[in-house]
Amino acid sequence: MTARYVIVGAGVAGIAAAERLRALAPAASIMVITDDPAGFYSRPGLAYFLSDLIPEDQLFPRSPAELRALGLTWITERAVGLDPHAHHLTLADGRTLTYDKLLLATGATAAPPDFPGGDLDGVVTLDSLEDARQIVRRARRGTPAVVVGGGITALELAEGLHARGCHVHYLLRGDRYWANVLDAEESQLVEGHLRALGIHIHHHTRILQALGERGRVASVETATGERIACQLLAVAIGTRPRLELARSGGLATERGILADEYLETSAADVLAAGDVAQVYDEATGRATLDTLWATARAHGAAAAMTMTGTPTAYRRSVAQNVTLLAGIPTTIIGAMGGSGDDTDLVAIARGDSERWRTALPDWVVVEQHTVNRVRLMLNERALVGAIVMGDQRLAYPLQRLIAARADITPIHAALLADGAPVVQLVADYFSAWERTYAKQP
Amino acid sequence: MALVPRSLAFDLTRAEVLATGNVVPDPARCVQCGICSYNCPLGLDVRAYAWRDEPIADAHCLTCGQCVARCPRGALRFAPTAAQKRGGC
Ligand SMILES: Cc1cc2nc3c(=O)[nH]c(=O)nc-3n(C[C@H](O)[C@H](O)[C@H](O)COP(=O)(O)OP(=O)(O)OC[C@H]3O[C@@H](n4cnc5c(N)ncnc54)[C@H](O)[C@@H]3O)c2cc1C
Repeated sequence: MTARYVIVGAGVAGIAAAERLRALAPAASIMVITDDPAGFYSRPGLAYFLSDLIPEDQLFPRSPAELRALGLTWITERAVGLDPHAHHLTLADGRTLTYDKLLLATGATAAPPDFPGGDLDGVVTLDSLEDARQIVRRARRGTPAVVVGGGITALELAEGLHARGCHVHYLLRGDRYWANVLDAEESQLVEGHLRALGIHIHHHTRILQALGERGRVASVETATGERIACQLLAVAIGTRPRLELARSGGLATERGILADEYLETSAADVLAAGDVAQVYDEATGRATLDTLWATARAHGAAAAMTMTGTPTAYRRSVAQNVTLLAGIPTTIIGAMGGSGDDTDLVAIARGDSERWRTALPDWVVVEQHTVNRVRLMLNERALVGAIVMGDQRLAYPLQRLIAARADITPIHAALLADGAPVVQLVADYFSAWERTYAKQP
Repeated sequence: MALVPRSLAFDLTRAEVLATGNVVPDPARCVQCGICSYNCPLGLDVRAYAWRDEPIADAHCLTCGQCVARCPRGALRFAPTAAQKRGGC
């Protein structure tokens, strides 16, 4: 009998799993269920569609023909119920499917507005292609817009709306941008760039409520009583894993679906991958959430191996994200930590990793030239995190050294010396390290 | 997004790449946004190479650098290919 694999979710985790399953099990039945009629597209790419750098049709990494060639059974419907004992999945249209192995790759959605008036027309979040289309339709030249939130998505919304000609007010609850990952100077670089574009930044500003006229948002009222007029209010205050389906089946969840390093959940034959999965990490002994594209893809591929009978541990590499922070190419690697609390994010944000917030480094080393900036986080023996802004040449060596927990004691003292040539030290050390490392079996 | 200004170093790198290498992706940095494929003057699907973790080995690639310069994630770079590395030294 051919195996029946069912995947809920057609994001990168689901598609990576489907591709790997097909390669491993050419004859198997593979079903992909998604409640997004747009199918598989680059979710991070939505920001570039919003900024008008690419047209909508460019967001799809797979042509319909390529998807057909995978021989998947594709169902556009919401899965609403799971019975792990019977191995049954129920869809919103009443159908019941039977699976041998089930992968939950249901992703995460934007946290809803946490203030009254959040349901007014014109209040938007950026999750799906449909959200992006809606925002593009509303963002006309001269439209007053308010953006609230502290992570990458909020910044992308502010820039995207600005690129579309909106008059943008960016509201931050704290005293600076993305305080739990960036340090004060890095935040300053980002805010300076936004100001130069003409975006108005309001610090220490909390929305009390959104006010409407005939059901449409017309302004926001802040905690200090100030009113800012807007026809668009974009909210990006964190994300929430989509847990409803897992909970309907009684699976163990915390903030995400709990999974071991093989991506297996508490229920037999049910696995989890991507933004929804809170995966046990042997190195820390904790289960962590990421909302990162590369992590989701790697989860999906590892889960497919386990599903086809070759249990394969997901080896958590160091969390890394590369993004444009206000026009500055930026790589964030490993454990960063800015200044602890960030009141702008109620949960983990898009393109974010919990790892970045758990940094307890013993030392921090910074080298800076205008917008080129490198910050290293190190402990007694190794680099634990780094942020590279501007010139990206050091990003790859740092990623390798951090991922391998390379022993940097030979350059430790030199790095900490006053005015140390940090970039040179790391680059030289990396070349030497790579030569010896490459020789290791 | 502005193109990275061409520098002498860039042109020399490009000349070397034309002779000995390719555009090489780093899939860990790629989010499949498709800006690379969109900006390729020859319509090569650079993004698909990045997904497969393969150098852009298409004989049509001009190594013009559009994809390298426009990738918002720095996921593409010019590099000698493994085959050439082995052959060359
Ligand atoms: C604007 C934006 C910017 C981002 N920027 C970055 C970035 O810079 N770097 C980075 O690494 N990551 C970024 N991300 C995050 C990245 O996109 C996610 O980590 C990645 O998409 C997660 O993939 P996934 O497959 O786990 O989930 P998703 O892509 O969320 O896919 C989940 C799928 O499950 C479906 N689904 C959910 N529940 C059900 C159900 N009950 N029934 C049927 N179908 C269901 C959904 O419709 C969807 O198809 C960004 C995301 C956004 C939105």
